Amino acid sequence: MKRLSLDRGAWLAIFVLALVPAAWLLRDALYSALGPNPVEALSHRTGDWTLRFLMLVLAITPMRVLFGWSWPVRYRRMIGLFAFFYATLHFLTWLVIDEGLLWDAIVEDIYKRPFITVGFLAYLLLIPLAATSSRMAMRRLGRRWKTLHRLVYLVAVLGVIHYLWLVKLDVREPLIYAVILLFLLLVRLWYSMKRGR
Amino acid sequence: MNRRRFIAGMTAAGLTGTASAFSFFGLFGDDEPTAVELYPRRPLKASRRAFSVDESPTDEADAIGYTNFYEFGTEKGDAQRYGERFKPEPWRLTIDGECERPGDYTLEDILKPHPLEERIYRLRCVETWSMVIPWVGFPLADLLKRFAPTSRAKYVAFETLYDPEQMPGQRRAVVEWPYREGLRMDEAMHPLTLIAVGMYGETLPVQNGAPLRLVVPWKYGFKSIKSIVRIHFSEKLPVTTWNQLQPDEYGFYANVNPAVDHPRWSQARERPVGGWRRRDTLPFNGYAEEVAHLYHGMDLAKYF
Repeated sequence: MKRLSLDRGAWLAIFVLALVPAAWLLRDALYSALGPNPVEALSHRTGDWTLRFLMLVLAITPMRVLFGWSWPVRYRRMIGLFAFFYATLHFLTWLVIDEGLLWDAIVEDIYKRPFITVGFLAYLLLIPLAATSSRMAMRRLGRRWKTLHRLVYLVAVLGVIHYLWLVKLDVREPLIYAVILLFLLLVRLWYSMKRGR
Repeated sequence: MNRRRFIAGMTAAGLTGTASAFSFFGLFGDDEPTAVELYPRRPLKASRRAFSVDESPTDEADAIGYTNFYEFGTEKGDAQRYGERFKPEPWRLTIDGECERPGDYTLEDILKPHPLEERIYRLRCVETWSMVIPWVGFPLADLLKRFAPTSRAKYVAFETLYDPEQMPGQRRAVVEWPYREGLRMDEAMHPLTLIAVGMYGETLPVQNGAPLRLVVPWKYGFKSIKSIVRIHFSEKLPVTTWNQLQPDEYGFYANVNPAVDHPRWSQARERPVGGWRRRDTLPFNGYAEEVAHLYHGMDLAKYF
């Protein structure tokens, strides 16, 4: 009983912590503290947090492989859903505030701008993952669930490319994400090859 | 103060405290770039107002805090974060190339004969944001004529100061320093083309290119080079920084043109700084009547 409540406490703590960036954005928006270019600020900050949560969710298996930590696995679903949550904020910022729901411009941008194409695709691919995150969906999909959820690797790669293609000149930050992602994927590859043998 | 307001105040204070702790890690966005005075600004007297648009200027703090000035760093706000060692005086300018009176001039020599005017111009960045800025300055043409450019002078090239001690962003080779820009002679002599020494009624802040900069309102902002130390008359098309970096994305002309997209984004609309809504970008940034004839017969999609 005591053990259970400790888990719930940790779950709640992580949940609240993951909401802090969103609360922060809300606070800055309400206090007009988003700076001179508020739309850009919203866009960049929600985009940054999407990538951070994607990296975090992809770090969970490597943490077990490298350090033997198995406890983060319990929060994988939540962290993944928070990646989707921030991606949705990012997507809506673009669709509603940036593009102002002007469908012609939206369609043209998706079709003509490679960085938007890959970003849009990444978001589309996240939707089925979020939709099948429940235990029921896991049971129903059985083995196919895992195959489907491997899409997250592709989503993360597209997300980093999206950032890289957006930057004008100084690619340091997107490259940091690229290096982290590469490392996380290599750990998985190494582990699965080791296990496969 | 009633109790509810007190609690709201305490919550805000708590949030702000946490904010400064977190902002250290850069996690919660950059600090709001309120304008920082890095070097004392002096009020300027402008004799008249000419060529001004009838739009309300961008908030001054935004115009100062939100600048691209890679000499200090590639982020907006880097100029005021890292600009404290920059000294806009004393300042010298070299004038050379195809002209009869080349030489090394002090800033005072350069500025003395020119009455100052205020001009409220639109500014359109290639990144799609825009501002409206009340510049204080004088026509570049008036300055150039003093050095008697020869018939071989087809272009004017400009250079920004190179001094990593004063401009720490130059320690990284993101750009082949110094920053360089250029204009065709007729563009340089056009009455809209301005040498600005101030904005909002005072001398230029460090963040905006003190002590003097170029302002070409119908071209994307990167053409309007800051903190100029050299003006060179040349017969050949000069090397310009962004064109050199990414020739397929940034042309020599860089005229504001909603019909010619940047390869990676649309230039059809712009977002005025300080606001939430976009508006349509105008051909030549709204100065078509004055400057379109300069490009008569040119394919603007080719000479972008």
